[in-house]
Amino acid sequence: MSSDPLRPNAATPQTDTLIDIDHVTFGYDASRTILNDVSLTFQRGKVTAILGGSGCGKTTLLRLIGGVHAVSQGAVRFDGEVVDARDKEQLFRLRRRLGMLFQFGALFTDLSVFENVAFPLREHTDLDEPMIRDIVLMKLNAVGLRGAAQLRISEISGGMARRVALARAIALDPELIMYDEPFAGLDPISMAVAANLIRTLNDTTGSTSLMVSHDVQECFSICDYAYLMSSQGRVVAHGRPEELNASEDPEVRQFIRGEPDGPVRFHYPARTLAEDLGVRA
Amino acid sequence: MGKKSIETLVGFFVLLGIGGLLFLALKAANLGSFTSSADTYSVTAKFDNIGGLKVRAPVRSAGVTVGRVAAITLDPKTYQGVVRLDMQRSVQFPSDSSARILTSGLLGDQYIGLEAGAEEKVLGPGDVIKQTQSAVVLESLISQFLFNKAADAGNASAGSAPAPAAGAKK
Amino acid sequence: MTNPIRRIGQFALEVLRGLGHNATFFIDLLRNMPAALRRPFLIVAQVHAIGNLSLLIIMASGLAVGFVLALQSYYALVTYGASESLGLLVNLSLVRELGPVVTALLFAGRAGTSLTAEIGLMKAGEQLAAMEMMAIDPKSRVLAPRFIGGIVAMPVLAVLFSAIGIMGAYVVAVQLIGVDEGNFWSIMQNGVDVWRDVGNGIVKSVVFGVICTFVAVYQGYEAQATPEGVAHATTRTVVIASLSVLAMDFVLTALMFTH
Repeated sequence: MSSDPLRPNAATPQTDTLIDIDHVTFGYDASRTILNDVSLTFQRGKVTAILGGSGCGKTTLLRLIGGVHAVSQGAVRFDGEVVDARDKEQLFRLRRRLGMLFQFGALFTDLSVFENVAFPLREHTDLDEPMIRDIVLMKLNAVGLRGAAQLRISEISGGMARRVALARAIALDPELIMYDEPFAGLDPISMAVAANLIRTLNDTTGSTSLMVSHDVQECFSICDYAYLMSSQGRVVAHGRPEELNASEDPEVRQFIRGEPDGPVRFHYPARTLAEDLGVRA
Repeated sequence: MGKKSIETLVGFFVLLGIGGLLFLALKAANLGSFTSSADTYSVTAKFDNIGGLKVRAPVRSAGVTVGRVAAITLDPKTYQGVVRLDMQRSVQFPSDSSARILTSGLLGDQYIGLEAGAEEKVLGPGDVIKQTQSAVVLESLISQFLFNKAADAGNASAGSAPAPAAGAKK
Repeated sequence: MTNPIRRIGQFALEVLRGLGHNATFFIDLLRNMPAALRRPFLIVAQVHAIGNLSLLIIMASGLAVGFVLALQSYYALVTYGASESLGLLVNLSLVRELGPVVTALLFAGRAGTSLTAEIGLMKAGEQLAAMEMMAIDPKSRVLAPRFIGGIVAMPVLAVLFSAIGIMGAYVVAVQLIGVDEGNFWSIMQNGVDVWRDVGNGIVKSVVFGVICTFVAVYQGYEAQATPEGVAHATTRTVVIASLSVLAMDFVLTALMFTH
């Protein structure tokens, strides 16, 4: 039995796989299935990307890992333990081992930058104020925003907000950091900063990073492994960036090269133009 | 907005609330009058009919409020209404004082009127007021009035009626 | 033929499900109250946001209602020669009914909508989801303190409304119209019972506080995370809270003030 209070059920030694999505099917309601029998694994200590178009279930995967929803079929395993969305105690334990960066930061608008980063420390630890102050400043330093500690959330830009959110996500030094569209809407400099931060953090802390994105270039520049998902909620391909770049699969090529028409059609399904305009063919 | 200033303002808010409550209770309601039990002693009085007397109705003597009705119950043996009065300790009444149920104004609430007697001994806690007069019940008054009126008319016509009857009989 | 019947049935089931959802949410909120009580500053901050910032509208309305009540009642009472009872009439109207009810309606409009909008926007900005991912229950950190704050603030506001209303009535009745000052207060004091009238009025305002704050918090939490969603939610807060208050007022009045 493990003596680590956060992993009380860990009888088996650590394997390389931190997260195991095992034949998972999921839909928010009965009519719409978002994920169709998908299987993915995420290796410890590596940066893995999940690529795909909008609506293919990438963000849903993150929510399932975090235990926000329960899967219809299959299982999600975090470090060997099956995630049960209904078990509040287990969720409480597991969620303290992960940090999530939401798409636009999801910072608490009524608190300052400092207070936002200090939030998880105040909630989950009994550290005294000087200790908390030191940790917060170190985290802000890691993302380059130590000087902005006293600003209010309304006073910082979008790129800065995401960096503050990252500092908050790593405040408790989590084993797993999840990024939901970390590059969306950023200018080239901020994008480079973000990519650099993700990679450096992963390497220096030894944690595992999971990125959900549709920015192929930035992702490939920093990730060790990638999954490509289609809009039907299936995994189309997976592999290292070099392997995906060299793939002959038309769906993979269309996405990686950014071609407007291919297996993913340009036209929304409709009758022919002649029929719509009333012209006899 | 600093933590201290918020706490101060909320303290001010609660203080305002307490002030408003005190104003309502003391200036605008009847809490100002004596209510603590240390200031009062209880006596009882029995009535055949208490009419519309309610708990917390005033007990007045010469028009001055000297007590309040504390409780009203029914005596299961004599079927009389038993009224317990909380009297102000500062006023003592002779033991032969009388209690009547009166109405304030023409259609107002009913209260207990106390008339002091002549005895030297005074009413102490738990004593019973022996002389009581029940409330005036409007229906009995009216029926009494009608009955008297009918009786007077009957006497008058009885005096003159036999003559015509005798006359008619002839 | 069976379509309208089926639709009515579906509607009834929807209503039942809504009620059930409300009830489970309420119980969840109650369960999270001890955790919120362990952080008194959160509650204090909410009492400030809900109570202090409503002071202006409540006190201004109370004053206005007091003025108008005195004026109207005077002209009604003077025909029966009962103008001395003006103070009593105004006091009872305020303390038993108008204080708790009007304050609750104003509260639903001012504080209720602000709560709903705030929580709805927090939901839209994923702040609540972020809290959940950090293993912190937003119900205990965000919702419960606001719920408790509303329940604390409402009776205070209702009492202030009535008190200021009576003072306003005094100004109009005694200073402007010329009703005798001594009679104004003494007839009032003789006729108003602290426990029955003022006390019951406070009980009413606490119940209304629970209703208004619960509706506001629930609508905010369940709002759709879009601008239209939040707008609809705030409208629903005002409508549902106001109607519930008025219905509950009838029930409470029947229980408290009839023999």
